[in-house]
Amino acid sequence: MRRFFQSSPFRFIHVWRRNQLVWQKLALPSILGNLADPLLYMLGLGYGLGKVLPSINGNSYLVFLAGGVICSSTMMSASFESMYSAFSRMQIQRTWEAIINTPVDLNDVILGELTWAASKSLLSGAAVLLVAALLGATQSPLCLLILPLIALTGLVFAGLGLMITAWAPNYDFFMYYFTLAITPMMMMCGVFFPVDQLPLPVQTFAQLLPLTHAVAMTRPLLDGQWPSHALLHVLVLCGYAGVSYALCRRWLQQRLLK
Amino acid sequence: MSLLSLKGVHKSYGSHIVLQGIDIELKAGECFGLLGPNGAGKTTTLRLALGLTHPQAGSIHLMGHDVLTHARLARQQVGVVAQTDNLDPDFTLRENLLVYGRYFDISRQILEARIPGLLDFAGLSARADERIQSLSGGMKRRLTLARALINDPQIVFLDEPTTGLDPQARHLIWDRLRQLTQNGKSLLLTTHFMEEAERLCDRIAIIDQGKIITEGSPQQLIRDHIEPQVVELYGEGAAAWAHAKAARLCERFELTGGTVFCYANDAKALLCELNRGDFTPGLRFLLRPASLEDVFLKLTGRDLRD
Repeated sequence: MRRFFQSSPFRFIHVWRRNQLVWQKLALPSILGNLADPLLYMLGLGYGLGKVLPSINGNSYLVFLAGGVICSSTMMSASFESMYSAFSRMQIQRTWEAIINTPVDLNDVILGELTWAASKSLLSGAAVLLVAALLGATQSPLCLLILPLIALTGLVFAGLGLMITAWAPNYDFFMYYFTLAITPMMMMCGVFFPVDQLPLPVQTFAQLLPLTHAVAMTRPLLDGQWPSHALLHVLVLCGYAGVSYALCRRWLQQRLLK
Repeated sequence: MSLLSLKGVHKSYGSHIVLQGIDIELKAGECFGLLGPNGAGKTTTLRLALGLTHPQAGSIHLMGHDVLTHARLARQQVGVVAQTDNLDPDFTLRENLLVYGRYFDISRQILEARIPGLLDFAGLSARADERIQSLSGGMKRRLTLARALINDPQIVFLDEPTTGLDPQARHLIWDRLRQLTQNGKSLLLTTHFMEEAERLCDRIAIIDQGKIITEGSPQQLIRDHIEPQVVELYGEGAAAWAHAKAARLCERFELTGGTVFCYANDAKALLCELNRGDFTPGLRFLLRPASLEDVFLKLTGRDLRD
């Protein structure tokens, strides 16, 4: 077993565990933040704005919003971890440099960072799901399928985030990505209102974005229904995860192993 | 057995040539110093040896493994102290060693047995459970050195191990490095402190503009390249005096800023002349034996490397 572990691609777990140990020291405020943020969002927007809105597909706005916020929280959490935190480990603290001087190589570091960011975002998405359940937004056991889905969504945004990190000269660089990618996705991918409210060309464009597919899966699952085009949505997310992994790996190798 | 061997290694980035045909052979138990001005290719050589970047030509073997194909296996048996501190600031001293040991797939049981000894080696046992932030620069270096020993390596790479440390901290690091070589570890260190190289290294290679320009023990290099006695002249009129007299009284002399370095096989005549007392009153002088620094400056020149 031990031999298998040594020669296998599982060395990335050491990197995951390193990040986990750091997180563990600050776990309480982190978990409180995971719970408080979405709670405020859903209470504020869901109850406040929901009062003046008609029901959507027979559900209250709060239920509609919960499906979106689960995904957007996951996206945010994975993005922050794979950009600001990973950049600080790569560039400021030189943690990666210390690690790749050992038998753990850069690819292990990347896999460790991706799975760690995905784990953190899973926690973040799960916290919103819990809040949603407590507020009565879901009763169906199908909603448990949201957990693997947000893990995959986290992997997607971790990969995209590390792609940006690979090119980042400093922290300010991440603002471009937030302004040009994250914020538009918040608006276009069905988090706050249905995608079909958008002009047709924008709707078509939104279908190319990963967050759209995560939301399109989450919302029906929360409502206890099997999503239409489930396979397509999952394949798009898998595609994003695979391509972003390949690209961030290539670019980080160019940056750090030259 | 050769612990590390580089043969005919070429490395360039685009049109910028960093190394042009480097050969290095490191034997068990020795401390080998790689000396060179900034940008000479010292750090690149270490990175190549660890398999963190690949050469355009040449072969590199570390601990019997070809690093082009088996760098992981090689690194399993090597310790590294990087130039800039890269300890984990979020962890305690003990956790730093524990987490680093896991990267080598060392079991927790073995790590817990090893860590007290390493903290003791670093002189930091009393602070085992403090965070890294509370440590001074010298303490961080010592902990980094202890961390590099967590896998009980046969060879330790040190990239400018005492840069930025005060003299007390530097001497403590030197003491620890000597302790390591006494215990049979091999060291490969880069430095631009000649004193460090002279005190620690059994063998030195001076590297400049991508080539090894000379190699040997510090004493041998001083013998081979430089006159044994040096007289330094400072103060007003030093240059004028040197031009008038030094050329006649010593083998050669060099002018740097306001200081004159006179190199002599026998400085008696020169000192005699200086002691006659009829020279410019502002002139001061100092006699010292030739050092590695004189060799280094002779071979790499006195121009700034920026």
